[in-house]
Formats: sequence, C-alpha cells, structure tokens
Amino acid sequence: MAVTFKKNPGDIIFSSITAVASCTVIIFIIGILFVLIKESSLAIEKFGVIKFLTSTEWNPVKESFGALTSIYGTIVTTVLSLLMAIPVALGIAIFITEISPNFLKGPIGIAIELLAAIPSIIYGMWGLFTLSPIMSNYVEPFLKKATAGIPLLGALFQGTPMGIDILTASIILSIMIIPFTASIARDAFNLTPAVVKESAYALGATKWEVVKNIVIPYSKLGVFGGILFSLGRALGETMAVAFVLGNNHRIFTSLLDTAATITVTLANEFTEADKDIYLSSLFYLALVLFMMSFIFLAIAKFFLLRAERKYRR
Amino acid sequence: MKTIVKVVVVVAFVLSFAQAEAADMLNGAGATFPYPVYSAWAFDYNKATGVQINYQSIGSGGGIRQITERTVDFGASDAPLPPEQLAKDKLLQFPAVIGGVVPVVNIAGVKPGEMRLDSDAISKIFLGEIKYWDDNKIKSLNPKTKLSHDEITVVHRSDGSGTTAVFTEYLKGVSPDWKTKVGAGTAVQWPVGIGGKGNEGVANYTQRTANSIGYVEFAYAEQNKLTYTLVKNSAGTFVVPSFDSFEDAADTGTFDPQKHFFLWLVNAPGKNSWPIAGATFILLAQEKTDANRNVVKFYDWAFRNGDSKAKELTYVPLPKSLKDKIRAYWKANGLQ
Repeated sequence: MAVTFKKNPGDIIFSSITAVASCTVIIFIIGILFVLIKESSLAIEKFGVIKFLTSTEWNPVKESFGALTSIYGTIVTTVLSLLMAIPVALGIAIFITEISPNFLKGPIGIAIELLAAIPSIIYGMWGLFTLSPIMSNYVEPFLKKATAGIPLLGALFQGTPMGIDILTASIILSIMIIPFTASIARDAFNLTPAVVKESAYALGATKWEVVKNIVIPYSKLGVFGGILFSLGRALGETMAVAFVLGNNHRIFTSLLDTAATITVTLANEFTEADKDIYLSSLFYLALVLFMMSFIFLAIAKFFLLRAERKYRR
Repeated sequence: MKTIVKVVVVVAFVLSFAQAEAADMLNGAGATFPYPVYSAWAFDYNKATGVQINYQSIGSGGGIRQITERTVDFGASDAPLPPEQLAKDKLLQFPAVIGGVVPVVNIAGVKPGEMRLDSDAISKIFLGEIKYWDDNKIKSLNPKTKLSHDEITVVHRSDGSGTTAVFTEYLKGVSPDWKTKVGAGTAVQWPVGIGGKGNEGVANYTQRTANSIGYVEFAYAEQNKLTYTLVKNSAGTFVVPSFDSFEDAADTGTFDPQKHFFLWLVNAPGKNSWPIAGATFILLAQEKTDANRNVVKFYDWAFRNGDSKAKELTYVPLPKSLKDKIRAYWKANGLQ
C-alpha cells in the first residue's frame, strides 16, 4: 500500500523552482545543439561528415571547406598548453598547501584568483604587444639554436621566429588555465585529513614523500576534475589566441608555424562570411567543437567513474 | 473614473513620444571600414536636424545579411553586390565614400614613397614566386635603392574584410595566375605569408618584422605614417597614394546607375588614378520607401556638408560627377 505524505507548500514551490532551473540548463544545451545542426545543414549536405572532417582545404573563394586543419590546431594548442600548465599549477597548489609559510598563502591565493579573473581579450592584447616581441626576439631564436642539431626536437623549431605561432599561443593559453587547476587542486589537497599526513611524518617521511604518497593519491580525483576544467577552458578559448595565431589553415609540423584553431577561425571569419555555404561551414565547425568538448567530457567522466570504482574497492 | 482618465492621458503622452522617436532614428549596420566617417557624419547630422543615426560596424557580410532580412534601415558593404543579387533580394545600392588599399613595406633604409612596385611584382610577391628583395624584377623597378638578399615576409589579413576584397580584386584583374590560383573575396586561401587580425594587426606585424610587405587601408597608412610604396597604374604612371590619386580613380571609374553602381574601382583607367581604390556602398530595401527617404536625406546632407569631415578622417569624398549620378538615381527610384 502506498504511503502518502502531506507536502508543505513551501517544499513544493522550492522543489519545482529547482527542477525548472535544472531543466532550463538541459533545454539550453538542446537548443544550442539544435541551432548548430539547423544552420550547418547546408554544409553537412554539401560536404558530408567524413569528407569535412578529413579535408585540409579551407578556400572561401572556391567554396571548399574542411575541418581537419582547425581540429588539428585546436588539439595541438590544447595539449601543449595543458602540458605546460599542469606541472606549474600542481606546483603552485603543493607550495601553497604544504610548503609555504602561512603569511604567503593569502597573497598567492589572491594572485591566482586575479589571474583567473583577467578577461581573455586582455590576455590576447598582452600576448600581441608584450609576449610576441619577447618570443620573436629572445625566446624563439634561443630555442632554435639550442635544438639545431637534434633530429626530432630540431624539426619542432623550424621556421623564422616571428612570435606569431603555435608556441606563443600555447604559452598564453597555459597562463590562462593555470588558475583553474591550481585553485581546485589546492582545495583538493586541503581535504587530505591532517591525521594521515601527521602519521606519515611520524614514521619519518620527508615532505616530498608525504606529497607523493599521501596527498596526491588522496586527492587524485579532485585534481583530475581541475585539469578537466582547464581542458574545457583551453578547448574553447578564442580571443586570447585570435591575435597571435595567424589563422593559417594548414597541417603544421613546427611549433614556430602559424596555424588555425576552430575558435580562431570562427572569431576571424564569422562577421565577413558573405556566402551561405561559408556561414554554414562555420556553423559546422562550431558543431564539431561542440561534439569534441562533449566527447572529451564523456571520456573524462568515464575515467573518473572507473577510478572511483577502483577506489571504493 | 478619474484614475482611468489619468492612465489614458499618461499612456497617450508616452506613446506620442514613441511615435516621434521612430521617425527620428535610423538603424544601419555593415562594413567596418567606413564606420569612423559614418559616425562622424551622424553626429553632425544629429546636431543639425535632431535625427539619430545608429550604425553598427559588424562587417560587410553582416550588413548584407541584415538588410536582406530587413532588420535594419540600411546596410553598408565594402563589396558591391552584382545587379542579379540586388534584383533577387529587392535591394537598391549606391556608393557613399572612397577608400583603398596601400602596400606598405619594412626594409632598412627605405623611406615612405621610395619603393616602386608594379602589378606584376606585387602579384608575384604575394603568390610567393618572388622570394627575395633583390629579385631582378624589384631591382629593375628600383635601380637606385640598395636591396639585399633578404627573404620577403608577406603579411596579409587573418580575418575576412573589405580591404582584402579590394586588394584581391586588384590582383585578380592584373594577374591571370592569381585569378586561377587564388581568386578574390573577403577571405582567400593565401599562398604564403602570416596573417594579422585587422588593419592594426597587419600594420603591427609589418612594422615589427624586417623585410616584410603588407597591405592596409589608405586611411590607416596615412594616420600611422607607414612606409607606403608607389604603384604603377594601368596608364603606366607610378602613382603616390594620396587624396588626388584616389579622387582621380573615382572620377574615371565607370559607375553605371543602370547597374546600381556595381563597380570594383580597382585598375581605374585615369592617368593619375590609384590602381587599388574602392568605394563602399549603402544598401536599401526597395519597398521601404519611408525609411529610404530618411536614409537618402542623411546621405544627401553628408554629400553636401560632410566632405571636409571625411577628408579630416582620411576618407576620400565622392567626386561631384558621381554625386550627381547618385542624385539622379535617387530621383529615378523615388527616393528623393
């Protein structure tokens, strides 16, 4: 026999408001997906799925578009910026939680929050006017000389150093995404029970051994969540790299080459896309990015669930 | 009863303002190139007549789209629409102001106006066929300039723009190679070079990179005192980019009101014409006669009173012959 509860009107209102709020998020996602598909239907009809995803052409005059160059650029800049940002961010988090004296924790924490609050267009302008000349005059020639003879590394630094390339863009991106991983990792590290750490110290472990064997394994999932957040940000970042990437559609092999990412292509070409097929192809690119973010998130969630299950055992 | 009367009076009062507002404001959208001069004209027009012109520089593509959808009163485009497209979307078109593209270089020891280039050299440089500054072609045009064996860095636009459209139309007209290999448009697949965002981006990279060549809007080159080059036009003269050479181009251009002034002003036939000039156009919806009359009133006022302001901002006002043609076009289409 079913048990009925007399519901408090306040409860009903509260639960319906929160339900509506959650539903609107789902509705927005579906709405965006719907608009992307509708607007890119022209391009999907003309280019199909496989041909668009594997074509390296991006020719507005001949009306032939392909996403491979943009996808390649997006993936490379994202991976590169994550590779540069994660060690730094984890280092910051470890420093704040384990090593720094108490009076430094506050200011560094505020500095990180400020870094996260800087608008991305400011990063873009700073990158163009400050970082780019430094890269082209000092850093890139040095890297070129240092890797001159080495077979694989040397190929990564081919070409004239002009400051407008994948390397500069990735550095700007990595600076942008450090705060997210750093603050989430810091919070995750703080959750490690002091009792466990103190027991380790009592047994004679060094600071580094405590961090490596106690803190990091304990907060693995939280840190992974922070990295995921940074990944999402790096994948979709537009204005920070729009000025320093050159929007050159090709598959590049050197870090000193100009390139294009999906977001940079959209930012540069959206307003002047005069033909319908051009606009539709840009929407198609946006749809591809949407799907990419979705897939990355799904993979990450999968790993998270697997890790959680292993941990529970 | 008293409250109802009060409410009705207040609502009628407010509504009367709303009606007056609608007639006193015009919305336009489109090309970024003429935005400074349109907003300067709108400011002065507002002072003179009280009518407010609201212009959003969202790009020529956006302007064309918005006027086709009839969401604005007038659209602005750097690229002229061909008569077939105007007939299909029921639009009217006329030019408003002239500008153009100037090649700028960064070579040690070369001052503004010293370097001479012709259409063959420019197209081969941008195709990547001429790779060094001491190439025989460039040396033959500049016998007195010291040029070393330095690699040319080509700088072009990374974003779509009317400036690119004018420059590539010029290249398409003078180089059959360019026509088949690249073509013309607001965005093209550049064979060589690095891309800067906006005129500012191209100017920035050109100034920073030694031995580079780029192309910028005339107004931009003038205001930032960039190292411009002389270009040989179709009449054989090496022309300096200046108000006079642009006006000469506009004067000798064959604007045809029957074709709604559809003309790429590049390679104008005049003796002293700048070969890479371009007009920017206003688009109107055929059926919106009231809004069109107000837009035309604004541009008529600007043609009569706005020339000095345009020159101050380094835009080239239309020559009188062209303005007369446009006024006749307006009368013929019932806009004035």
